[in-house]
Amino acid sequence: MNKQAKSPQISIRGLYKIFGSNPKEVLPHVVAGMGKPELLAEHGHVLGLQDINVDMQDGEITVVMGLSGSGKSTLIRHLNRLIEPTSGEILVNGQDVLKMGESALRTLRQTEMSMVFQKFALLPHRTVQQNAAMALQTRGEPQDVQEREARKWLARVGLDGVEDHYPYQLSGGMQQRVGIARALTSNSDIMLMDEAFSALDPLIRTDMQDLLLELQKELHKTIVFITHDLDEALKLADHLVILKDGAVVQQGEPQEILLNPADPYIEDFVSDINRARVLRVRSVMHGLSADEDFAGDVNSTANLESLIARSGGDTSHKYRVVENGQAIGEIDMRDLVKALVPRASSGERSAAQL
Amino acid sequence: MAFYDKLFNSLGLRDWCDSAGEGGLMSMADLLAQTGNTANTGPAFPFPSLDNLNKACDNFPQSRELTAGVEDAFLAVKDPLKLVLDPLTQPLSWLLDGALFVFGSIPWWILLPILFLATWYVSRSVAVTVFVAISLLFLGLIDHLDATIQTLSIIFVCTGLSVLFGVPIGIAMSKSNTLQRMTIPILDLLQTLPSFVYLIPLIFLFSVTEAKLYGIAIILYAIVPVIRLTDLGIRLVDKDVIEAANAFGMTSRQKLFGVEIPLALPNIMAGVNQTIMMSLAMVVIASLVSAPGLGVLVLRGIRNLELGVGLVAGLGIVLIAVILDRTSKAALARVNVAHKSQ
Repeated sequence: MNKQAKSPQISIRGLYKIFGSNPKEVLPHVVAGMGKPELLAEHGHVLGLQDINVDMQDGEITVVMGLSGSGKSTLIRHLNRLIEPTSGEILVNGQDVLKMGESALRTLRQTEMSMVFQKFALLPHRTVQQNAAMALQTRGEPQDVQEREARKWLARVGLDGVEDHYPYQLSGGMQQRVGIARALTSNSDIMLMDEAFSALDPLIRTDMQDLLLELQKELHKTIVFITHDLDEALKLADHLVILKDGAVVQQGEPQEILLNPADPYIEDFVSDINRARVLRVRSVMHGLSADEDFAGDVNSTANLESLIARSGGDTSHKYRVVENGQAIGEIDMRDLVKALVPRASSGERSAAQL
Repeated sequence: MAFYDKLFNSLGLRDWCDSAGEGGLMSMADLLAQTGNTANTGPAFPFPSLDNLNKACDNFPQSRELTAGVEDAFLAVKDPLKLVLDPLTQPLSWLLDGALFVFGSIPWWILLPILFLATWYVSRSVAVTVFVAISLLFLGLIDHLDATIQTLSIIFVCTGLSVLFGVPIGIAMSKSNTLQRMTIPILDLLQTLPSFVYLIPLIFLFSVTEAKLYGIAIILYAIVPVIRLTDLGIRLVDKDVIEAANAFGMTSRQKLFGVEIPLALPNIMAGVNQTIMMSLAMVVIASLVSAPGLGVLVLRGIRNLELGVGLVAGLGIVLIAVILDRTSKAALARVNVAHKSQ
């Protein structure tokens, strides 16, 4: 909880991206507050990103969520400068990526950042093992190191036995495991994941999310994860950033966003999800009162669904919330039920929109 | 011509027109018209071409001066051009003469097995190898083996050089849109210019007895497809894979040799196949400028009206075409298998 103490690993400051023939010229209009449709109509430029300020902490999963066209893929490509920004700063470990020369940038991409792609983007003419070793090969590591590391990480993502296959011989889910192994083999602190699981079918996707969380528990990478799927975002995120039309609408802890959506766009977003599964006891509890009449103890990170199951649907109970063996608060089943209802239910929202 | 005579008179230019003195050269038609003593009854309002204007006013040049001018210009640059091109292209002569000599002096019972083995190595197909063996043995049986070997060695050298120069040019084109815009018209020109036409300046530049004369003609004609398809192949490489290569910090060199060329290989090989076929087409025409091989026999058939000689040699060329096509297609198929996922 001492986030203020350490500086963020990646810090984006005032980032703008405008697509068009002369972005620098129209930048002042955007800074002055011109919106995306006006910019397109009056100047023929497309607003990609608008005044993005995000801090991404060391060892956390930062999820950037938005619908298609919201600029999330553009944003992640700025972090390793696959796309050149129009203005702004991107600090990685205190260094401005945008001021880097060609070779410094290449070193950054080779050693400090790795990337996982939506369409896997494996090299079709190389074997699974050679693909996994791509980062090491690019860096020029010796052959035996490449082989050892690639095999280790392939085994870690559950792909032992297919090292000598070609990517086209594997299913989509397995190909993306190769993609993840390739990113892990580079042994970089930062992993960029661009809609990494969007092309997979739902069951495989859940598997991959679990795999990622499991790896993260062990490796503590700084992960930037792009998705258009709110359930996925809530499952993975330590820090959630919601983009709309190239601007950040709200960012913070996912539970916080769920309970206090900042604007109708987000309310609309969060109204359809299974709150009982996503919300955790910690987010709904109160401080301890003098009352001693608890029906039992519950872990602070348990989700509401499990608590409802445990209480058998009885709303008259109260539970004591414990974290690491210490009581930190209490939860009333009535508050829990209230928390399950969004501030505006999905029915009302869509009626209001019509 | 009366129309333009009147026109110049009415414009008051008659003096200026006559100041040029005697009219230009006379054409045969004019002479016939004079001797036949018939009035020149052209159309009342002829197209204002140079020849028609010249008849009315001698200050206009005749069209023949254009062709004469082109010829003079070419002859003027010929010598300096030759001074540069001659030494530059000399290795081509050596290569061609060398290949003709080497392949011509290996005894048939060594050369043919080598060719069969090479076919097997490239195609890895029993059917293709057997077909090549039967075809070559048949050509040998009808005493066309020497001519066939000569044709094959010329194609071998010219295709090799076309690939050597064509692939790098294609890569450069795929990297630069400007270069692509500049190169495509030249490629179009090389492909559409009738093959006889670019023999003409070459005959003036080099002596007809030199091997490089037909070598250059063949290479210029055959290099186009390999350039085009290399350019296309590299531009068609999956953008996602290129992005991944960039994201992992590959240098342009690593990207080119590790990603782009391997992924463009099916297209490049299709270009090589086309290049082989086009050099075969040209090597026949090049027999006009002393290229040895089956084309010489075809030429003899045409010159002496020896129908049988021409037809049999033509059949031999068809056989070679099929051999080369099947072999290179089999090689292409092997490359394609390795790229199944695309």
